[in-house]
Amino acid sequence: MLIDFFLHLKSKKLPVSTREFLTLLEALKERVASNSIDDFYFLARTCLVKDETHYDKFDQAFGEYFKGVQQVPGLDADIPEEWLKMMMKKHLTPEEKAKLEKLGWDKLMEEFKKRLEEQKERHAGGSKWIGTGGSSPFGHGGYHPEGIRIGGKSAGNRTAIKVWENREYRNLDDTVELGTRNIKIALRRLRRFAREGAEDELDLDGTITGTARNAGWLDIKMRPERHNKVKVLLFLDIGGSMDDHIKVCEELFSAAKSEFKHLEYFYFHNCIYDYVWKDNRRRHGERFPLWDVMHKYGEDYKVVVVGDATMSPYEILQPGGSVEYSNEEAGATWLQRMLDTWPRAVWLNPEPERLWDYRHSIELIRTIFNSRMYPLTLAGLETAMRQLNK
Amino acid sequence: MRFEGTDSYVATPDLMLAVNAAITLQRPLLIKGEPGTGKTMLAEEVAGALGVPLLQWHIKSTTKAQQGLYEYDAVSRLRDSQLGDEKVKDISNYIVKGVLWQAFEQGKPSVILIDEVDKADIEFPNDLLRELDRMEFHVYETRETVRAAVRPIVIITSNNEKELPDAFLRRCFFHYIKFPDKETMGRIVDVHFPKLKQNLLREAMEVFFELREVPGMKKKPSTSELLDWLKLLVAEDIPPEALRSKDRKTVVPPLAGALLKNEQDVHLFERLVFMARQNR
Repeated sequence: MLIDFFLHLKSKKLPVSTREFLTLLEALKERVASNSIDDFYFLARTCLVKDETHYDKFDQAFGEYFKGVQQVPGLDADIPEEWLKMMMKKHLTPEEKAKLEKLGWDKLMEEFKKRLEEQKERHAGGSKWIGTGGSSPFGHGGYHPEGIRIGGKSAGNRTAIKVWENREYRNLDDTVELGTRNIKIALRRLRRFAREGAEDELDLDGTITGTARNAGWLDIKMRPERHNKVKVLLFLDIGGSMDDHIKVCEELFSAAKSEFKHLEYFYFHNCIYDYVWKDNRRRHGERFPLWDVMHKYGEDYKVVVVGDATMSPYEILQPGGSVEYSNEEAGATWLQRMLDTWPRAVWLNPEPERLWDYRHSIELIRTIFNSRMYPLTLAGLETAMRQLNK
Repeated sequence: MRFEGTDSYVATPDLMLAVNAAITLQRPLLIKGEPGTGKTMLAEEVAGALGVPLLQWHIKSTTKAQQGLYEYDAVSRLRDSQLGDEKVKDISNYIVKGVLWQAFEQGKPSVILIDEVDKADIEFPNDLLRELDRMEFHVYETRETVRAAVRPIVIITSNNEKELPDAFLRRCFFHYIKFPDKETMGRIVDVHFPKLKQNLLREAMEVFFELREVPGMKKKPSTSELLDWLKLLVAEDIPPEALRSKDRKTVVPPLAGALLKNEQDVHLFERLVFMARQNR
């Protein structure tokens, strides 16, 4: 009974366990709920879902299963975006790509102006108009060797010369719990216990020694309890080429957040310059100058930078090389400054290790970090944590 | 035993069901929700409605799981031994019972409230797994096992400051108290202020829900703040007309200090009002 329902929830990626399912059956047997579907819904939710962030997912899965329809109405709203992203993208063959002529920069801008004037209504597909998909040089989500991007997400090819939008970045969701267990274990290597704070534990050895010295007259020694003392600063690259790695970064973030008592995190884009931010929705309003961060968190903090280090070498070496604004000092200067402030630092790279040698920017950052760059895999994480503990 | 809400506490059907499931199956109930939605109150009301004693355990960042079971006061025993006190021969004189032990030895149903479990160290919930599951624990010093004759009803609240471990969650029922809608809120206010003038209530609720809509608020006013505010409005005898101005956005509502507890929020709100006035 209800096993299909349970498996359905499971297939919808809800973290339900057998034990919770048995609890639900037990509750039904004890007639906690009446026979109405409403009561059953509440009961199933209270037994199976243990986090309010999963409520929405549960509602959708529940509705789907019990109404016998393909999708609940609320789900429809998600589809158009997915459509834009996936369905409209024309998968061009290499030959077709080659056929597209490479327009020069000046000609591109000129053409762009012309098209803007001509275009009156929304357009998708095709190869001339601004819109989504297709192989016109304008718009987003399409393929053209030298294109201008307007709004939306860049397609998998990443050839847009200039980013013409104020991107909305997704905050890393730290509710991902599946698969984070292994990462937590790896992070535990970083634990370092130290005695600090109120003296509330009896130091037995000290008391015995003290009492013996006192010729048998009791001399009680107390000491503070051991706590995990490690302090971690996490810098996360977000947006752009990191989109491919969102899942693994979420898992790492989720694990780190529950593993360390002193954890501070900041976001950056591509390379670290003079400021970082904590909330991606307010990133343009709420910035933290890196100088302040360096002054606030002392050298006992261990620094973990997560990023694919995949960018144009200019973004690291040249002042003003940032894709987003004109930075006065080069990224390399800032990275070096960080390493001077926090000597114990590692860079975790989600890109596969075999690709590292082919990307100039990865090589550069590796040199700056004194080859302390590790792949974002369990093995890499463990090596990195050991390195941090040295 | 069934919980049906009380004269002074409005429970929604889903909350009642969660409480009753926890009572019937004798599993802990984990309650989350915005601050001020009555999480702690729930335990008091359940105990009151069922007519059983309530044992409270308020968690702080320094609380250890062991303290809920018992503590062995070795230091005073050592001191006493030097003074030659007779008491010292029996170790049980130096064992201080914790909340769980007290509840286990009641011999009748009781309610245990573990308040703000997320305040404690990360390991805290894991350390209590077995004790809450089996409702028994072993006292090492006296070599005895304390077992609950009647399993108490355990209500745990969390403010979501830390994530709780999976193993712990699996053993609990879970309920998220969502912020009451206007209708439920009306019933809650009715329960607390039965003789409140209808029109004053209506105006006050409008102001309150509008205030919750203000974007960027650090701490949105919650149920308990609304109740405080109403109390003040009644005490000061503010007429309903004072709340009902045509352009509500341009006037700071009277006694707003009861609703906004954060200095930055007050500033934000005043700035919005100021801007609205300028744009008129």
